[in-house]
Amino acid sequence: MCGICGAVALNGSLTLPDGAAERMIGAMNHRGPDEFGAWRDRSVFLGHARLSIIDLGTGQQPLATADQSLWVTFNGEIFNYLELREELRGLGHVFRTQSDTEVLLTAYRQWGEHCVDRFNGQFAFAVYDRGRRRLFLARDRFGIRPLYWARDRDTFLFASEVKALAGWPGFRPELDPAALGEIFGTWVNVPPATPFANVRQLPAGHTATLDPGRDGAPAEDPVLRRYWHPEFLPADEDHRHVGNEERARLQGEVREALTDASVIRLRADVPVGAYLSGGLDSSATAALIQDTTDRRMKTFSVGFKDAAFDETRWQRIMSAHLGTDHEMISVGDAEIAGAFPEVVWHAETSILRTAPAPLYALSGLVRSQGYKVVLTGEGADEVFCGYNILREAKVRAFWAREPESRRRPLLLTRLYPYLEQSPAGFLARFYGAGLDEAGTDPFFSHRPRWNNTGRIAAFLHNDVATTAAARDPEARLRESLPAAFATWGPVARAQYLEMTLFMAGYLLSSQGDRMLMGHTVEGRFPFLDHNVAELAGRIPASVKLAGLQEKALLKAAVADLLPAEIVTRPKQPYRAPDSASFFVGQGAEMAADLLGEEALRDAGIFDPQRVAALIRKWRAGRLTGARDNMAFVGVLSTQLLARQFGSELRERIADAALEPAEIEWRGVEPKP
Amino acid sequence: MELRDQIHDFVVENFLFGDNEPLKDDGMSLLDNGIMDSVGVMELVAFLEADMGLSIEDSELVPENLDSIQNLVGFVTRKRG
Repeated sequence: MCGICGAVALNGSLTLPDGAAERMIGAMNHRGPDEFGAWRDRSVFLGHARLSIIDLGTGQQPLATADQSLWVTFNGEIFNYLELREELRGLGHVFRTQSDTEVLLTAYRQWGEHCVDRFNGQFAFAVYDRGRRRLFLARDRFGIRPLYWARDRDTFLFASEVKALAGWPGFRPELDPAALGEIFGTWVNVPPATPFANVRQLPAGHTATLDPGRDGAPAEDPVLRRYWHPEFLPADEDHRHVGNEERARLQGEVREALTDASVIRLRADVPVGAYLSGGLDSSATAALIQDTTDRRMKTFSVGFKDAAFDETRWQRIMSAHLGTDHEMISVGDAEIAGAFPEVVWHAETSILRTAPAPLYALSGLVRSQGYKVVLTGEGADEVFCGYNILREAKVRAFWAREPESRRRPLLLTRLYPYLEQSPAGFLARFYGAGLDEAGTDPFFSHRPRWNNTGRIAAFLHNDVATTAAARDPEARLRESLPAAFATWGPVARAQYLEMTLFMAGYLLSSQGDRMLMGHTVEGRFPFLDHNVAELAGRIPASVKLAGLQEKALLKAAVADLLPAEIVTRPKQPYRAPDSASFFVGQGAEMAADLLGEEALRDAGIFDPQRVAALIRKWRAGRLTGARDNMAFVGVLSTQLLARQFGSELRERIADAALEPAEIEWRGVEPKP
Repeated sequence: MELRDQIHDFVVENFLFGDNEPLKDDGMSLLDNGIMDSVGVMELVAFLEADMGLSIEDSELVPENLDSIQNLVGFVTRKRG
């Protein structure tokens, strides 16, 4: 795992400003503190911060082909590099290193931009083809690894993180209040949009090609191509009845694919640990790799001082079951509030919950134990239908066929037991939104959630809210839907939206890559092996989500590996205390500092009067609902972001800058 | 303070954070317009019990009693009557 960055002259030659390489690479040295490499020629600069995991001896980057015509800077892993290496050898290619980086480069030479179809992995990389003067960027299918780009006049910039772009002396990322406003609805920015007006991100499953100055005319923007997206069965096949025999066969296929996906993710020249959340998914991945090594497995978990959020009991059961060497960390308000500024700095976006903070603490534990790589259960709920929003979509679609039914909406109380206390007449009003458009509205499944989250946009300054509303992110999202989307059933549609929005834009980034890499730890996710996801996409939803039983097929496929109580326990959503984390100490100081009228006016994003009313309610201890808590955390994180990427930015970048001697310049080109 | 104003102020302060703009009139549905969510109903009931001194039966928790300022005024008046 690593950080990458670079600059390409869009016409003529590249002037690399003094300190640019040191600042860009230094800004992301948490992603790769082991080695810093760079390469440049007349028109291009590539930079790399390395976390050494595979081929410790010769895997330095940027790396070139033997003739130095292709150069690559690469963040991530190509897990099937050994198989690809053999295949490429058979085609006559010769290898000089043991690295997956050289396999990537050779695969690009052999298959061009279609090399990505062959990769099983998590990656973001840039290949520069000197002969064709072409920059090729690619990002993995699910968006596990990040990749941003920007422009400074005639220079095209790219990097793993926005803060690395900010290391380029002529470039300053500008927060876009209206883009932040979009997050107060769907939780994310629809790619390629980001919270910054002058920064774009490569969407998951896409490649981009930039031909600077071809035919004398400078290219305006990279040309994007989508090479992969999640696929599902047409609606009628998705809810067909599946007999016992077929179900048993599918169960076997899932087990086999998951085993392969877990084992291939152990490829590393350093030991690989595993997270144990206490839930089914991480228990399954840990159990699957248990038998593959003689070494006692190391597992890690996070517990909460507040019992309402704590799953320590289940984590202990699982680590005892597997006999692992288990380490845990327990977090409370002080740890969450204390880590919050760093969490936001790493996430580089507004967040609506504090849930990333404990995971940041957890990766710190992993790092302190000398581990660089962990397997986790991320993706299982999206791929195998664990989430309530998928069950909710199924119930609401069923209800929509008989909108007058009083019985059908009662199924929702099976999903949300607290609704039983909610008067019957209210239930229909909350979840009945858009019922009449069940067939035609592509976002039917997400209406209740988006409506609810969208209410917190009321805290935005009026001007910001108006601009945000005019952007119409839904229209952009609608355009990005694959043609087949219209043929899918309600569960598949909801799965697609969860994977491409919430998972890619929040779970894998703000709560994933950024929290792991903030402490220099690489996460690997067997459930997001595309072979597993593609297999699951070919299995009817009626089997994955049997009736309203979440992850029914997955449970059956791994049940023999796990204690019965782990398989049968009700799913507990991972959450952390939100606004309550900031009542005292450092958290209270932070809230007073950032949520006061003056600070709000300075940032110009929120309406100070409305936020003041929110703070009054918070101080009175009456901020109990999810909506109010999202508003509180959203405002606080946005205020932090505005300061970090505003007045503090210059100093933060300067502090992280490397010394020139720390960078190894590669290749035969004269040093700058 | 008038009962209606008390209820109106609670709704504006607690659900709209001081911004009465979205509240067009007293007959406006708090649910359909997203002003009150499921937790909001509980907050409303807590307000009626603590600040209005009412004791509320489960069977009274229906939109006809709680879903607009008008309905709330009528409900509290009937309860007090």
